[in-house]
Amino acid sequence: MESEELFQYIASLEAAARPSEKPSDLPTIEVPPEHFLSLMQQLREDPRLYFNMLQVHTAVDWVKKGIFELLYQLYSTKDRQSLRVLVELPRENPVIASVCSIWRIAEWQEREVYDFFGVLYEGHPDLRRLFLEDDWKGFPMRKDYEDDFMLEPGQ
Amino acid sequence: MDMLDFFPSSILQAADTSWQTVTIAQRASSAFRDHDLSGTIGYLLLGLLFTAGLLTVLGLVLIYAERKLAGHFQCRLGPMRVGWHGILQSAADGLKLLLKEDIVPENADKLLHLGAPVLSLMATVLTLAILPLSPTLQVVDLNIGVIYVTAVTSLGVLAILIAGWSSNNKWSLLGAMRAGAQIISYELSATLSLLVMVLLSGSLQLSEIIQSQSDGWWIWKSHLVGVIAFVTFLISTTAELNRTPFDLPEGESELTGGFHTEYSGLRFAFFFLAEFVNMFVASALIVTLFFGGWMPFYIGGWDGFNSIMGLIPPGIWFAGKSAFFIFLLMWFRWTFPRLRIDQLMSLEWKILLPVGFINIFLAALIVLFEWHF
Amino acid sequence: MNVHVSTLDEKTRSSLAIESHSETEEYFINMGPQHPSTHGVLRLILKLDGETVREVIPVLGYIHRSIEKISEYSTYRQIVHLTDRMDYLSAIMNNWAVARTVEKAAEIETNERIESIRTIVSELERIHSHQLGWGVLGMDMGAFTPFLYGFRDREMITDILEETIGARLTMNYIQPGGVMFDIHPDFVRKVKEYLAYFKPKLDEYEDLLSGNPILQQRLRNVGIMDAETALSMGATGPVLRASRVPYDLRKIEPYGMYGEVEFRVAIGTAGDCWDRYYVRIEEMRQSMRIIEQLIDNIPEGKFLLKKPAAKLTIPEGRHYSQIETARGVLGFYIVSEGKETPYRAYFRTPNFHNLWSLTAMAPGGRVGDLVAIISSLDLVIPDIDR
Repeated sequence: MESEELFQYIASLEAAARPSEKPSDLPTIEVPPEHFLSLMQQLREDPRLYFNMLQVHTAVDWVKKGIFELLYQLYSTKDRQSLRVLVELPRENPVIASVCSIWRIAEWQEREVYDFFGVLYEGHPDLRRLFLEDDWKGFPMRKDYEDDFMLEPGQ
Repeated sequence: MDMLDFFPSSILQAADTSWQTVTIAQRASSAFRDHDLSGTIGYLLLGLLFTAGLLTVLGLVLIYAERKLAGHFQCRLGPMRVGWHGILQSAADGLKLLLKEDIVPENADKLLHLGAPVLSLMATVLTLAILPLSPTLQVVDLNIGVIYVTAVTSLGVLAILIAGWSSNNKWSLLGAMRAGAQIISYELSATLSLLVMVLLSGSLQLSEIIQSQSDGWWIWKSHLVGVIAFVTFLISTTAELNRTPFDLPEGESELTGGFHTEYSGLRFAFFFLAEFVNMFVASALIVTLFFGGWMPFYIGGWDGFNSIMGLIPPGIWFAGKSAFFIFLLMWFRWTFPRLRIDQLMSLEWKILLPVGFINIFLAALIVLFEWHF
Repeated sequence: MNVHVSTLDEKTRSSLAIESHSETEEYFINMGPQHPSTHGVLRLILKLDGETVREVIPVLGYIHRSIEKISEYSTYRQIVHLTDRMDYLSAIMNNWAVARTVEKAAEIETNERIESIRTIVSELERIHSHQLGWGVLGMDMGAFTPFLYGFRDREMITDILEETIGARLTMNYIQPGGVMFDIHPDFVRKVKEYLAYFKPKLDEYEDLLSGNPILQQRLRNVGIMDAETALSMGATGPVLRASRVPYDLRKIEPYGMYGEVEFRVAIGTAGDCWDRYYVRIEEMRQSMRIIEQLIDNIPEGKFLLKKPAAKLTIPEGRHYSQIETARGVLGFYIVSEGKETPYRAYFRTPNFHNLWSLTAMAPGGRVGDLVAIISSLDLVIPDIDR
């Protein structure tokens, strides 16, 4: 499917999903957090889309805008089609629905994002730190994370 | 008909001389009877020294051989640094292990933890005493030799179980449990094979089993029964030795070190030494039971050949034959992958054991109707 | 909204509390971080029932070096040097992932010579990675000898690459806009000699290990993963292909010279450990085929078109591209603000995703099966921990 066609089809499934205007090298849609889970469900189940691989899931901390940008990059082995889904969450209380029940790898990826960014996933069966110890303070990939041994850029 | 007449007399080895067995224990008791006190004590000491010396020499030689062979199987040279072609490597290894700290885990059962390696080595040394290395090189010739061997080698599994349990480590325990299950299971088929040979030779005494092969080794003259017994015995002793493909109790990639995970220094060396000497014991038993012990290799009718073979002393024959089987065991080790625990068990209980039972029944028939050559 | 965050302690406790059907007592055992068959510092907490594995809880982070965080403070040319330290057996391919993303984003051109060299060295690396994987699998199965056979042949490849690159493990070769150095004058001859040498050796590998009935017993019908699960589990590379999914980036979105050479994608049928093992053997054959087609006609030209400025900038936006390493899909995702350093860099590493499928395959098998499964995943731990 061409990206225009794809966007239209997705919009027909979930009205809240709209093509992203952010610069991006793949077909990208944005969706508000409250419609996120139903959109993802349809992206996976819909026979025309059938995105059966969740290739990338990570987050970006836009500290100046006060948001976390969550990225879900999907791939369909049927059409060899990629789709990028962006979700914006407020930096205070970042909670989003977990997609573990749709792609099992999400359980793993979401734990990494929680570990480094502190994004909370609702409905995650086992949300805990992945790389760091359980009693670690703070979330190191956040831009405002302070650590006494951190390097300053340019030094 | 001609075939049958022809077969035993010409192809098989012909009887040459009957060998007189004189053990060190017999010499000591005859010296005692002659009131020769110094002779008695001398022979007793000789017996002790012989066993201890055999243990040391075997340890050094076999460890060197294993490392060197492993090297060559794996396209490398093996030890080359210590002495000429690394000949002193095992001495250096032993020295290193001697000097290492002897670590005992804090929560280990101290007495059992420290005692297990000694028990393991003891079980091995006890069997060395009765192996007939040559007509004159045998410490004691028990009239229930075969039963003694089975009984004493079973002590080894006890040592492994104690070692695994007392280390207070789950990996050790897993290794010990595997060892227990494995060794006890395979003991069954090993004993069944032993019994076949006892039936055929009509004796439990190791020297007499050898004597019964003076007109041909059992592997040649017992039809298929001997061959089957040999194969099952080889497989089950490999399993009892915990060597690949049956090295599950210490399977490094699975259990880190199995039952000896928590051992270090000299106590680890004891287990190590016991394993290597056990390998010799197993090979020596195979040689004794199936390959004529210290009997030379004769071919019926070839008098010139036979007289040359007869020149080689029996001790050398025994060592050579044992060396071959030790080589075979090392070859297995560096070639085969490891079985899984359930595959290991089903091999024993579903294949080897039924075969062993059928085999012993066939052996009984053969002996009853005197079908063997 | 209230989301519960648990701890490892809580996880193990709740796992033990689950009512089990067996009458025996289940227990936990720590496999790693120092264990011979976890190939590094991977820690697995196993819930065992006797010898049977009931649950696997991977615990990561023992060698996490925050490559992503360091990348946020590094220029794009510096990031290339970090990537060797992820999957050290596909070091060159890791470089390529960065180079490809940067080239695509900053519109840096390359020529055919560069792409040919990149493809050849990558395939050489794929072969040496699979050789090691083959040997380690043998070692994990209890046969120590294959490990040294694999190493012997692998050394020769590292010798060839060392002549050109100067390093044997963290080979730092591909950079945005080209490669670091031109190939050594002997490179072509030596690669051809090596291919002639290795072809019969690969058959020897098969004799030594593939044909062994014990190995087949150990690997067949162990750790079965069907295509649906494998896709859902995010597995890629030989792990996914063994589950009958012909997903190979070299075919699907050809990069380098892969579009111009003939090769076939090896796939498995059952998705068990044996298939994962055999897919790698077949991939070595295909890699040799690729090299053979390219080695004789490496076009003349520059090995680095224009020395990229130290302060290379990438236009604002989200850039992603991915390549097929020896273990699967390595993706590099850059969020750029138009500066010399990325705002956010994310590596989608194959081993991180492949490891997760272990939790789907291992339960129900024995400890020995678990070792076989780990081995057939061919994990490189620094790639998981990044």
